[in-house]
Amino acid sequence: MTYLLREIFRSGKFVVGFWIFAAILLTVVIYPLLVPDPPLAIIGRGTFFPPGIYVNGYDAVSGTPRYTLNIRDAEDKRIEGKLTADDRAAMQEWLVAAGTPEAEINIEDTQALLDTWFATFDPALRLPGMTNAQRNYFIRLNGSIQNLLSTDDIIIAAENPESGEMEEIDTLPPSAYVNVNQVPNVRVLPLGTDNFGRDVLTELVAATRISLQIGFVAGFVATLIGLVLGLVSGYVGGWVDDVIMFITNLFTVIPSFVLLILISFSIGQENRGAFLIATVIGLTSWVWTARAVRSQVISLRNRDHVNLSKLSGHSIFHIILRDILPYIASYVVMAFILQISSGILAEAGLSILGLGPRTTEVPTLGLMMNWAMIYQAHILNKWWAYFPVILAIALITFSMNLMNTGLDQVFNPALRE
Amino acid sequence: MNNNKQEIYLSARNVTKIFGMGNTRTVAVDDVNLNLRKGEVISIVGESGSGKTTLAKILLGLINETEGEIYFQGEKRKIRTQGQKREYWRNIQAIFQDPFSSFNIFNKIDSVLLDCINMRGGRRLPKAEKVAMMTEACSFVNLKFEELTNKYPFELSGGQQQRLMIARVFLLKPKILVADEPTSMIDACSRATILDMLMQLRDEEGMTVIFITHDIGLAYYVSDNVYIMEHGRFVEGGPAEDVIIHPQHDYTKRLLNDVPKIYEEWDLSTV
Amino acid sequence: MSRPILEVRELTTKYITRFQEDIYAVDHVSLTVEEGKSLGIAGESGCGKSTLALSLMGYYFPPLHYSSGEIIIDGRNITGMDPDDVRRSILGKEVAYIPQAAMNALNPTQKVISFIEDVVRAHNPKASKQEIYELARDRFEMLGLPAEVLQKHPVELSGGMKQRTVIAVSVILGPKVLIADEPSSALDVTSQKMVIKMLRDMMESGFIKAMLFITHELPLLYNVTDDIMVMYAGQLVERAPAEKAVFDPLHPYSKGLMGSIIVPEEGLREHKLAAIPGTPPNLKNPPKGCRFAPRCRYVRPECTTLSVPLRRVEDERTYRCIIPEAELREIYAHEQQ
Repeated sequence: MTYLLREIFRSGKFVVGFWIFAAILLTVVIYPLLVPDPPLAIIGRGTFFPPGIYVNGYDAVSGTPRYTLNIRDAEDKRIEGKLTADDRAAMQEWLVAAGTPEAEINIEDTQALLDTWFATFDPALRLPGMTNAQRNYFIRLNGSIQNLLSTDDIIIAAENPESGEMEEIDTLPPSAYVNVNQVPNVRVLPLGTDNFGRDVLTELVAATRISLQIGFVAGFVATLIGLVLGLVSGYVGGWVDDVIMFITNLFTVIPSFVLLILISFSIGQENRGAFLIATVIGLTSWVWTARAVRSQVISLRNRDHVNLSKLSGHSIFHIILRDILPYIASYVVMAFILQISSGILAEAGLSILGLGPRTTEVPTLGLMMNWAMIYQAHILNKWWAYFPVILAIALITFSMNLMNTGLDQVFNPALRE
Repeated sequence: MNNNKQEIYLSARNVTKIFGMGNTRTVAVDDVNLNLRKGEVISIVGESGSGKTTLAKILLGLINETEGEIYFQGEKRKIRTQGQKREYWRNIQAIFQDPFSSFNIFNKIDSVLLDCINMRGGRRLPKAEKVAMMTEACSFVNLKFEELTNKYPFELSGGQQQRLMIARVFLLKPKILVADEPTSMIDACSRATILDMLMQLRDEEGMTVIFITHDIGLAYYVSDNVYIMEHGRFVEGGPAEDVIIHPQHDYTKRLLNDVPKIYEEWDLSTV
Repeated sequence: MSRPILEVRELTTKYITRFQEDIYAVDHVSLTVEEGKSLGIAGESGCGKSTLALSLMGYYFPPLHYSSGEIIIDGRNITGMDPDDVRRSILGKEVAYIPQAAMNALNPTQKVISFIEDVVRAHNPKASKQEIYELARDRFEMLGLPAEVLQKHPVELSGGMKQRTVIAVSVILGPKVLIADEPSSALDVTSQKMVIKMLRDMMESGFIKAMLFITHELPLLYNVTDDIMVMYAGQLVERAPAEKAVFDPLHPYSKGLMGSIIVPEEGLREHKLAAIPGTPPNLKNPPKGCRFAPRCRYVRPECTTLSVPLRRVEDERTYRCIIPEAELREIYAHEQQ
């Protein structure tokens, strides 16, 4: 046994797969301890907040100690950051209409663009073909650009509860800074939020956990059914074999995914729990295991060590358990690993079609994909809503397949390098 | 023919085994009759595909005959239930060809030997007595039980494993031993050791031995009676001296003619 | 003394295991096979006889590695040659090798003739189909095989015919030396006899100049080869003309080996089979002194300390034992009484 384990961990493929999988498992276990939020808590009002560090604006201006830092290019950065691509395009449009050659305008170079703008912009100028509304838009744009450049303090006012008048309570100079560490409310959203305003990372970790559980349950059910049917039909043979193989062949010719869709659909939205779906996946994917186990058992049952066991007076049960099962155990373990990863994929496939588990407490990887698709994250370029999910699914199945090939190399000497 | 039923341990009457049906139908054993008397060694000689191993498995009760009957100690053999099978296998045991695939690689040597003690009703014996029995069996085959305990059969050499197989038979003390090519996978030097031990089982334990082999020389060396098998049929049978030295049937003659010899000239012109 | 075709001097080859251990499976073996002669190699499994056969081609692939010594084929030293050169100009042309399960080497989807085309074209890419067919047909007829076999697929041939076909294909380029490693052990006795007859005919007609025949079946060896060489634990322990090796062996190991011969001939039942107790040593760390000492009946204290040289007796006889010939004969004679 120790020798076998040593051999297994000598295989590079298995070790890489094992560490990826272990890292995923560790994340799934440790992350909820660090971030105990419920995974489906809606924290953002609005859809698809991009990934980043969210600092509470209210806390930042009130009560938090303020520091004055004179940083040379702070102003440039501010303008650079606030002058949006749309604004720059509008500026270019006006300048071109006003007669500046297009080649001379570089909208990337903020300083040059502003210089040209202030040199040429005349609110009074009426350009041919420009509507009043358009002229007003450019005047407003000019105002806001001027605002950006202003170095005046910002006045913070509050309503006096007695007089009902606005009173200045504080001013905020452009050189005022707060220390993020001193702001009581900061929230890091490494993967932003999804369409419902839920933290994608927290959701992803919970979804990975549930999907792994679904995979394990599905894999366990499929392997158990496949193993038992394969062992019985292979060893007992005769009419028992015929009956079992008839059922197995029946399941082989019906595409299991279609069957899965039909069963999920007939269960109904209300009753579809995560584990019911897992069991259903397991119930539709044992065929391959059963056939493989059966053929292995058939080649084993006439071996001399089985004959010897019979001659030693052992019962059929003993022979199947002690003389056949250990010989195919490595094979079954590998089949189990494959079944887990295909279970996870099957759940993802079902959920994308909207036939996955109905949950209000926990997400699954498939459900996350489903939501991202319904809310068009892929069209809106909100990559953080679906790409990490795809990556998680890929990593899980990749690590399992790596472990599987690694095991195969250990158990099947013909594949060793 | 000696018709004394007391003396005949095992007999096969018109035993036939057919595998498959239709196009794949093959007659592996074809209408074989065989009488085995107490304490004798018989050899069944045939080339590969002659059906000798199938016949051995039928005699052992590992596969069922298609037609014919097998009588054990004068009575028709009954091996339908697990209990009847156990009872039958107390009386007939086997040694297989390939020692490396004969043992379950997950079971230790101790458990292989303990199974035999249990089968002979020794399950309740005190541990010391079981160890003494196992030690005796191992020393019968020139193995040391202390060195084998907690080891797996595959840690032994082929010859040692085949001896362990004989130790198993020694513990079980069956009336009949079916040895299916017991020496074909081991080296010539260990072959003599194995054969000597089988002869010892016969001489000291009064065991009756059915020797299955493709090696006509070996059959001549070990057996009292020899049966030559071709395409599932016995073509010739009788005392070893008669069959091997004065063969009657063409097939036997051909077989003998095709085996390399060292005292006589090996005639290569007749192929 | 006629011309030596195959000469091997102190050849040592080793296996390197996955754990980087060296196992010397052929340990300083020297042998010479003269023109028109055949040499048989006998020994238990694991004694290095198959490794010797592989090593003699001068083409090594891991885990087998060359260590030291020389191989000279018809005056041409092939040791140290580039492996590609060996493959192009030695294999098949100078030395042909028939492995144990040779008959399974035929590709089941290829006709025999197309297999031959591959073999010939590997050495002579310009050969035309017609040329190759004529060459193959001539060779097959010479070896007593029907030319129809060329147009058949391997599945259509019986085991014995398949084996003979593989042998015919492997000598298609007319090699000088043929190395046959258990060429008939998977066959029934009748096919075995046909294979042996074919090999003997090739030798007698002078088509093959020298043959090395490896088997654990001594009666077969006795009937096929002129000389017999016994190997034990990677070393040569005795070499003698076949007649003497079988009926008058000198080395205690050969003595045991020859005593275990079983043939269906009169007198066999009276003769007691010899058994050699114990198992061959592990070649990872072979015993010091005589490697056979732990199993030898005539072992003496000095056997385990002194290194044992090969003794030469008569002209063509050598054996590796510290006991002199006369003394050994005395011991054997005494034992027989």
